[in-house]
Amino acid sequence: MVENRPWANVFAHLMLIGGVALVVFPVYIAIVASTQAPGDLLRGSLPMWPGSHGWENYKAMWSTGLSRAGAPPAGQMLWNSFVMAMAITVGKLSISLLSAFAIVYFRFRFRMFFFWLIFITLMLPVEVRIIPTYQVVADLSMLNSFAGLSIPLIASATATFLFRQFFMTVPEEMLEAARVDGAGPLKFFKDILMPLSITNIAALFVIMFIYGWNQYLWPLLITTDPDYYTIVMGIQRMTSEENPQWHLIMAAVVLAALPPVLVILFMQRLFVKGLTETEK
Amino acid sequence: MASITLEGLKKTYGGNVDAVKGIDLSIEDGEFVVLVGPSGCGKSTLLRMVAGLESITQGTLKIGDRVVNRLEPAERDIAMVFQNYALYPHMTVYNNLAYGLKNRKFNREQIEARVQTAARMLEITDFLQRKPRQLSGGQRQRVAMGRALVRDPAAFLLDEPLSNLDAKLRVQMRVEIKQLQRRLKTTSLYVTHDQLEAMTLGDRLVVLNGGQIEQVGTPMEIYARPASMFVAGFIGSPAMNMLPLDYLHVQGSGALLHDLPENTDTVGIRPDDMLLQAPDSPHFTVEATLVLFEAAGAESHLYVQLADSEQPTVIRTSGQPPVSEGDTLTLHIAREAIHPFNSASGKRTGG
Ligand SMILES: Nc1ncnc2c1ncn2[C@@H]1O[C@H](COP(=O)(O)OP(=O)(O)OP(=O)(O)O)[C@@H](O)[C@H]1O
Ligand SMILES: [Mg+2]
Repeated sequence: MVENRPWANVFAHLMLIGGVALVVFPVYIAIVASTQAPGDLLRGSLPMWPGSHGWENYKAMWSTGLSRAGAPPAGQMLWNSFVMAMAITVGKLSISLLSAFAIVYFRFRFRMFFFWLIFITLMLPVEVRIIPTYQVVADLSMLNSFAGLSIPLIASATATFLFRQFFMTVPEEMLEAARVDGAGPLKFFKDILMPLSITNIAALFVIMFIYGWNQYLWPLLITTDPDYYTIVMGIQRMTSEENPQWHLIMAAVVLAALPPVLVILFMQRLFVKGLTETEK
Repeated sequence: MASITLEGLKKTYGGNVDAVKGIDLSIEDGEFVVLVGPSGCGKSTLLRMVAGLESITQGTLKIGDRVVNRLEPAERDIAMVFQNYALYPHMTVYNNLAYGLKNRKFNREQIEARVQTAARMLEITDFLQRKPRQLSGGQRQRVAMGRALVRDPAAFLLDEPLSNLDAKLRVQMRVEIKQLQRRLKTTSLYVTHDQLEAMTLGDRLVVLNGGQIEQVGTPMEIYARPASMFVAGFIGSPAMNMLPLDYLHVQGSGALLHDLPENTDTVGIRPDDMLLQAPDSPHFTVEATLVLFEAAGAESHLYVQLADSEQPTVIRTSGQPPVSEGDTLTLHIAREAIHPFNSASGKRTGG
């Protein structure tokens, strides 16, 4: 703040605290709910303070799940979600890095055509192409498999586009210096372009991971085998039961929220570092 | 180390922009050649063709006895220093120097030894573990030089390596580059648009204009006998004064001018050669009014208006002559200080 007016300060803080409270409240309720005894949440009033059944609830959810609702143990589903999200993230990042590299640094025929082709697919989210995609995946017998869960979601025009924009800001002399230094295209990519893009990679990693983690419709469609259920669709299944076990469901919700948070915390170090070390 | 031979080298961009229009030049082993010329004359393009960063439209380029037209930069055994240094920002200075060696499969001890030697030569040993962004402009410049040195290449190619430095540092680095090149005896091709840098650094200068060579020679040859009006105006500061021959005929004593080559119609006179005191040798005298007096320490620049002429004219004298603006001066021009040109062709006439 330029001016030092105490009331403005107090006001700003009140607004901030209000905003944070608004966002945190549902999370708090979920945590509270996940620590109650089985019947507590069905009595109509929502408790405001954590109960004493947290450990049991989480243990039950983690290792046995809600078999009556057709949901495998949360541990299993978390793992499935993690594998899918990682496969999507790593796949998206590698493919988009490589295709951006090709588009920016190689002068091949129809280069701009390919760029626009990729760019146009931006307009087609999974939901739009879901039926043909399902058909293809079914024909390749990839239903109920990690490949089926992740591969159709890997192509990413957004990331390709962002990396292209970033690569175009890297001074051309960098490539020339590397060529004089005896680095071929792949060496240049690995030794120079990748390290320079690390901030962008970290940021996109977070975005892509959360995108993969939150996939709902696609896993719901192509998995019928509980071994491949992901946590997000699993939670949905649990709630659609006649007598939803809310204390356990909330435990699953809290568990499901943890990995994205961890990924953000871990990656944050990288992109904060990247931002403070802005180097050109 | 090797010679570099350019035979009829041409570069055409995008089908119709002729950036380099046929250059023949041979650079001897160990020679320091400076390419100099105004902005846009094709210096960088020519240098980059030698480096292999720009394709050669026509002609032959040899480094040593090898024709290298189609070789990648790395295979030409050259090292390049870029105007903006192009250091790898994410690598330490050490790794910046070592990168080219690693790619050439040198082993760890060899790399260590070479990097240390180069670092000592350039006095950057203290910064080896820093990243480029933690260095000043001058230090970055040294690192850029170091990256070229460690490789011990057949030739150094430098594209305006000093133009991002302040004036003082530029002079210092200029001297260091010269000494370094003397010591290493590596064939060097250096691009600059700064004629002072060109004069002081080069064993030979190549003056380029519009993609063509205007003149090749040692700095003193070019200064003493510029081959064209363009070179005369470009080399030397302040630039050479140009006067129509008729003017001297009328104003001065025409008798001294009968032995000038036949088609001479313009004469050039360096600012230093317009004297306030009469020399002993045969000379002309012209009258002029002092318009502006510019004291520059050890020397002074006098901007004068010649009698009955519109031609802007500058005189350089050492020290500070006792004249003031508005004075009428008598200028003495020695006969031998006259450079004869033909204005239609722009070339020097006769010998
Ligand atoms: N990629 C390109 N495409 C088309 N024309 C180009 C290209 N690069 C350079 N040119 C043209 O070629 C000519 C020579 O350019 P060059 O960069 O060699 O000039 P220079 O002598 O290095 O000038 P400066 O002193 O400003 O660096 C210029 O007229 C320029 O416009
Ligand atoms: Mg240039």
